[in-house]
Amino acid sequence: MNFPLTIILDGLIQASWLFVVALGLTLVFGVLKILNVAHGSFYALGAYIAATAVTIVAAHGLPPVAGFVAMLLSVALVASAIGLLLERGLLKMFYGRDEVVLLLVTYAVFLILEDVTKLVWGVNPIYATQPYELFGNVEFAGLYYVGYDLALIPISAAIGFAVWLGLNRTVIGKIVLAVIHNEEMSVSMGVRVNWVYAAAFAFGILLAALGGALTAPKISMQPGLSSDVIILSFAIVVIGGLGSVEGAAVGAILVGLARAASVHLMPQAELFMIYVIMAAVLVFRPEGLFKRETARRI
Amino acid sequence: MTSLLSVRKLEKRFGAVVAADDLSIDIAAGQKVSLIGANGAGKTTFVNMVTGYLKPDRGAIALNGFDLGRRSPRRVAQLGISRSFQIPQLFVDLTAAENLAVAISATHAQALSFHSPAEAQGRRQKAIELLERFGLAQQADRPILELAGGVRKLVDIAMALIRRPKLLLLDEPTSGVSAEEKFATMDRVVHAVAPDAATIVFVEHDMEIVSRYADRVVAFYSGRIIADGEPHTVLKDANVRRYVTGSAR
Amino acid sequence: MRYASLHPIIAIVPVIAAVTFGRVLPAWTLSLATVAASNALVALGIVILARTGNVSFGQGLFFAAGGYGVALIARAWGVTDAVVQVLLGAACGGLLGVVVGPLIARYSGIFFGMLTLALSMVFYGVLVKTTVLGGSDGFNVGRPSLFGITFADAREADFVLYALSVATTGLAGIAARILFQSEFGLVSLAVRENNLRVEYLGISSRRVIAINFAVAAMLAGASGAFALMAQRHIDPQFAYWTTSGEFVFVAVLAGYQSVVAVFVASLVLELVRSFSNLYMPNTWQLVLGVFLLAVILLLPEGIGSLWSRKSRKKVAPVRVSEMAEKEARS
Repeated sequence: MNFPLTIILDGLIQASWLFVVALGLTLVFGVLKILNVAHGSFYALGAYIAATAVTIVAAHGLPPVAGFVAMLLSVALVASAIGLLLERGLLKMFYGRDEVVLLLVTYAVFLILEDVTKLVWGVNPIYATQPYELFGNVEFAGLYYVGYDLALIPISAAIGFAVWLGLNRTVIGKIVLAVIHNEEMSVSMGVRVNWVYAAAFAFGILLAALGGALTAPKISMQPGLSSDVIILSFAIVVIGGLGSVEGAAVGAILVGLARAASVHLMPQAELFMIYVIMAAVLVFRPEGLFKRETARRI
Repeated sequence: MTSLLSVRKLEKRFGAVVAADDLSIDIAAGQKVSLIGANGAGKTTFVNMVTGYLKPDRGAIALNGFDLGRRSPRRVAQLGISRSFQIPQLFVDLTAAENLAVAISATHAQALSFHSPAEAQGRRQKAIELLERFGLAQQADRPILELAGGVRKLVDIAMALIRRPKLLLLDEPTSGVSAEEKFATMDRVVHAVAPDAATIVFVEHDMEIVSRYADRVVAFYSGRIIADGEPHTVLKDANVRRYVTGSAR
Repeated sequence: MRYASLHPIIAIVPVIAAVTFGRVLPAWTLSLATVAASNALVALGIVILARTGNVSFGQGLFFAAGGYGVALIARAWGVTDAVVQVLLGAACGGLLGVVVGPLIARYSGIFFGMLTLALSMVFYGVLVKTTVLGGSDGFNVGRPSLFGITFADAREADFVLYALSVATTGLAGIAARILFQSEFGLVSLAVRENNLRVEYLGISSRRVIAINFAVAAMLAGASGAFALMAQRHIDPQFAYWTTSGEFVFVAVLAGYQSVVAVFVASLVLELVRSFSNLYMPNTWQLVLGVFLLAVILLLPEGIGSLWSRKSRKKVAPVRVSEMAEKEARS
């Protein structure tokens, strides 16, 4: 068994969907300065919606590709809509208050969504495995990998690249970056910060849901999904640096690799290893690997 | 005789900005020294370094011959240097008396009490006494939130006095105070500080205040001292007029 | 922060009353109140710490440390006395708090919160993978005794636990009141208001924060012992972030001004949980979430602001020159 290669591949596969989710979280923080506790709930929502879409499409006898496309589209639409509604309808009521307040608001949203998903989809596990067969199986260095898993790597890389391109090479992206770096300046330069807020939040939520949709074919959807994901993506964002796109990528890869390494080499460490890294980063370099915030008191 | 404050060859740069350039100065006990200079000349940086908030890139600061090294503001305060701030640094939701009570608690060597209130043990008495010196006894139980800028400045200075510091640094004591209140404010400060006979170093932009209250004026420019002496001499100095007071022809 | 307060000694009376009242309460109320009291204990610690301007999102760490510590010691040395268990829990939590506190006290704002969260999740991760402790299933413990008496009757045992938790939380509340009004309490508030000024006065804000942190850890550890005795079971969930989150929820609901509000808030949480589970399963989190939003919106200072008097009236600010005039005239 070629350990290093297995670990790298497993790590990258994990990192791919983690990155998409963490990217959303870090963007929401960067633009709105909100730590979205409900982020994992949108991941779960995305997974559930994807499952429903896939099931409906399969019931109509359409091929797995259609299911895959359907799930991505439906998730994108629903998530953006919810994101916009949430930001304009709820979050903006609390702007200008202490930073902890918005954290608590997103915690309330998390609580609400936990039960909403239970009420809509029930508490029993749900599966939607049809898209998982899309890319068949691939043999790589003596091991069999599911094509879908490997496909996640280029898919998430593409998403990351698209976001990076969008932020750094388009006018809209530059505006968003301006708001991330210095909001006051942006406002005084005439930027419609409200629109940027709404768009950024909706997009962040979309990414979380997309992450959920992409993983849906390979997992079982059940309650408790969101709480594990939020804490994991949170660790990634802290490690990479709050508000940094590159940080989300590096953090996701680090966490993915750490997890894969633990699973193969030291299973007992699997769960806590990531949080040890998170704690270490907070202690030695609180702003994360790609700094944007300052952390220490005098 | 060792001077109270002895600063030798201080250097401090922030990127391309030179805040202190080979700065050396001696201040004897009992003096009232005014630091003048344009914004960015290095006056507040000087105060920050003397109080330990900033560490100089090079140079030494000594209090009564004792090198302050890399001590934090907390340690420096314990050694006898106190300061007030350009923007008053107070506990805004607490009352004036409570603010001073916290300062008084800080002076006690033993641990803070977990059960007896700050008002007990004569702390409140001491706080009111000090406020009286500033003519603020009436405001003792008003939260800082309700007090105007000039009054807040006075409370800020009172806080610095609690430790009976050997050296008191005032950063723009009359800034933010309206023109008609400046002299009243400065009068109160000098009157209140007198009993403790602390050495005062104050940063000021108002030359009338400077000439009235200082017995020595030090002019800064680009991190260097360009003039040092009695008020009327320094204020007439050509360089000072060009770089500080702006009254050069 | 001033509020109408009973003298601490007199405040013991309502605590005794609450304890004796337990005699007439039905069984389900007893266990509900016990959980509410022990949650309030942790929330009280969070409130105490919050007065320095720092919110801990990882009290689960000390809650679990207390629970596991007591469970292991009870197993190893056959300790069953409830009072001893509570004290042990407090000691485990407090000891860990003394070790961790100085490390965490160096950070401010969200970083403080995040670090506490990270540490609690590290502990969670370790616990889940430690098979000796039962892994994610945890393990069971026996019934506690009191001063040598074992309680065969479930009703008696429940009452004893109720009495102990209400008494402990009540006394902790009284102690917290005293702390808030003390010199240390005032300095803690000052640390929150202006950390820079505090340092310039010669006070170590780190030390102040670390001490408050240790107190909060101690209370959380004691609460862990209560949870252990009530459920007769311990598992890693004690350290999970959602557990810590609930404690913060109670503290936020209560606000930072009134100790009584902490008990009320905790009781409300348990009542909502029980009733919504009763009438419509899978809705208690929904109701709580909406409730939290309502409180944040309408009562930003928490439930406590409903009855805490803030002795502040809107008055025009005083100026130096006016004062001089007044003095000249008098």
